[in-house]
Amino acid sequence: MSALLLADSITKSFAGAQALRGVSYDLRAGEVHAIVGENGAGKSTLIRILSGAESPDSGSLAVRGAPVAALTPALAHALGIATIYQQPSLFPDLSVAENIALARERGGLWRRVQWAGWRRDARDVLARLGVAIDPDRLVSTLTMPEQQVVEIAKALATDARIVIMDEPTASLSGQEVERLLAIVARLRAEGAGIVYISHRLDEVFGVADRITVLRDGRAVATRAAASLDRAELIRLMVGRDLAAVFPTRSGAAGGVALDVRRLSSRASGLRDVSLDVRRGEIVGLAGLVGSGRTELAETIFGLRAADAGSVRIDGVEVRIHRPDEAMAHGIGYVPEDRRQHGVVLPMAVAANATLASLDRVAPRGVIDAAAERRQGERAVRDLGIRTPSIDAPVEALSGGNQQKVALARWLAIEPSILILDEPTQGVDVGAKGEIHAIVNRLADRGAAVLLISSELPEVLALSDRVAVMRQGTIAGVLPRGDATADRVMELALAETAKEAKAAREAKAAREAKAARETR
Amino acid sequence: MSALHRRERSVALAIAALAALLAVVRPSYFSPENLVDLLLSNLGVMTTAIGTTLVILAGEIDISVGSVFAICSVAAGAAAVRGAPLPAVALVACASGAALGLLSGVLVAAAGIPSIVVTLAAMIALRDGLRWATQGEWISGLPDRFQWLGLTQRTYPAAATIGVALIACAAAWMLRGTFAGRAIYAVGSNADAARLAGIRTRRVTCGVFVAGGLLTGVGALLNAVRFHQIPSNGGIGLEMKVVAAVVVGGAAVTGGRGTIAGTALGVVLLGAIGPALTFMGVSAYWERALQGAIILAAVAGDAIGARHAAGRPARAAAARV
Repeated sequence: MSALLLADSITKSFAGAQALRGVSYDLRAGEVHAIVGENGAGKSTLIRILSGAESPDSGSLAVRGAPVAALTPALAHALGIATIYQQPSLFPDLSVAENIALARERGGLWRRVQWAGWRRDARDVLARLGVAIDPDRLVSTLTMPEQQVVEIAKALATDARIVIMDEPTASLSGQEVERLLAIVARLRAEGAGIVYISHRLDEVFGVADRITVLRDGRAVATRAAASLDRAELIRLMVGRDLAAVFPTRSGAAGGVALDVRRLSSRASGLRDVSLDVRRGEIVGLAGLVGSGRTELAETIFGLRAADAGSVRIDGVEVRIHRPDEAMAHGIGYVPEDRRQHGVVLPMAVAANATLASLDRVAPRGVIDAAAERRQGERAVRDLGIRTPSIDAPVEALSGGNQQKVALARWLAIEPSILILDEPTQGVDVGAKGEIHAIVNRLADRGAAVLLISSELPEVLALSDRVAVMRQGTIAGVLPRGDATADRVMELALAETAKEAKAAREAKAAREAKAARETR
Repeated sequence: MSALHRRERSVALAIAALAALLAVVRPSYFSPENLVDLLLSNLGVMTTAIGTTLVILAGEIDISVGSVFAICSVAAGAAAVRGAPLPAVALVACASGAALGLLSGVLVAAAGIPSIVVTLAAMIALRDGLRWATQGEWISGLPDRFQWLGLTQRTYPAAATIGVALIACAAAWMLRGTFAGRAIYAVGSNADAARLAGIRTRRVTCGVFVAGGLLTGVGALLNAVRFHQIPSNGGIGLEMKVVAAVVVGGAAVTGGRGTIAGTALGVVLLGAIGPALTFMGVSAYWERALQGAIILAAVAGDAIGARHAAGRPARAAAARV
């Protein structure tokens, strides 16, 4: 079989961070070739390159044996490559038929609208997928899984032979997943090639013919799915050098500072979360993207409302509705997206560092400029922020130093509880080590630290205990000695070998059915 | 901050260039009568523009200032006609403005309606409401002590100018030196980040509308005392003048960036250019076109600057995925 799509030695870096380092990947007609990897392994970057959304720094792409010099989204479309993203990208105020027609039609703005044709085509395509969605319905009235199906219908309508699916089941429930996988099997039986990305390993085993594992921007293995087992796959995903130097820390944990009991929220998808953090302790919060870690942090900090459960601080139950109330209880929160939430980019370093503690430098509302300078200078000194001056806008600093400013803001309120959400994301190695040291120092001074991180080595090295979240609840808590990469991943993915076996059997059944139907 | 100072410098340079040109071509432009006239007709604009600067810095917009201005003028006049003492008249003007600002502020901050919609509705409803209430009649028979705020025609310009300058200084100081000012900039540049830093963002949003309304009331009062009658349709087009001055002065319409000094220079430039054209014998029709060109030039400068800066965050965001 010839390669439908071939990517050879692709490299890509963003602002100095190497996202892909010589990744090769090939897709044959009539196969599902899954891509798996930890958060940040480079999956999304690879997809963006395969779909033409980004161009690689080096390496080459070929579609059906013909080299493609510069792939753009429009060219990808013309070459029969369709990408289905995690979040459907449909026009909510247009009908299903119109959405499908827009994907398919190219040409003059003034051509006549063939309403009857649109509707017929949409119905045909949806029928091929074996779903009953009225083509006249507005997309905004569809459920998430229905929208996902319309995305796939768009791909079918364009006669795409290469279908890229990026976490298509992330927002689907069990039964809907089954239906989607049946559609995937049918596409494959029709001879399409499918690039399938998913965090759910049972699903990957259930649908893939081959699996490529990405780790740290490299393709570490491409294997036939049948030749791999779960344990081996997980080992390939996380098996990196854990010898990276992490500072060690001594000191015993004190009393319970933060005690979360059976916290639930329908809107945020949290279910019965119970977790405690002691004074002087670092508790790592691991889990896949979307497992509810950030939602938990935001609920504790008063940004989201909880339906049930309680939060105790130093043994006293508190009700927190707003960030300033959380701060009054001594809670600090360094949010995940520093550019969006962590710092105010056009503001000076000193102003950013004092923004959460303005009551200290501005008693009675008037800012004491000297006190502000002192605090800004102290932050720069203590955290080793590399900045031309404390008056420089934060946007002029590197990512790592911006993050240190975001940290400085919270250290200034001398929090007794500090929640860090991905504190080293997109931060260079040097600054990362410095941030780790700061976190350790903070815990040594008696703060209770809740550390959310998708980077397993970081969580394992810094945490006294690791709590693993899965689907909005705590899947398990591992003490330092027991917390290994494999155990954490096992809990985060939490499928047993038995479930994997069941998934494989279901796959065989689906394939047989799809083969029968296309015959 | 350096970009801001650049803008203020270029507006100041434009004013200087205009002044130099006029000094050569039409020295009569600098006659005391003309300057005082120019000053008096722009004091109200300046005061209102200071308020609008606060609103725009917080990332909002208030296009109802013209209608609020009219209401405050009429309210002050009505109080004066009924024999209220001058401080009470002033209070009525300010309180009417603040109350209308509070109304818009609550609708924006608490109900979450976009400020452009709220203030557009306010602009129309208040204007028509006032027309209905006054039946289009002007307020006349104003007591003498209302004229020139109880001062004389000679002393009033200086006193009012000093007053407006004090207001400008107070606003500038508030923005630079107080918690409230810091919060306005923070909310305007990144409301999410400000909220996460414990700032009560809704209060800030509401607050700038109240301040904006209050200052519009002050502007209306300063304007009303110049005349013997108070029109029931004052302040038409004021919102455009004011927003134009703020934008020319370097404030970002998206919030978080701008200064009172920039706004003041913007008011001076846009206020001076119209009469200058008249003095030079250019048709009045060109006045608006030229003002539009100035705004466009200022904003185009912004857009080009922003395009340069935008490359970085976009790429950094992509690197995270």
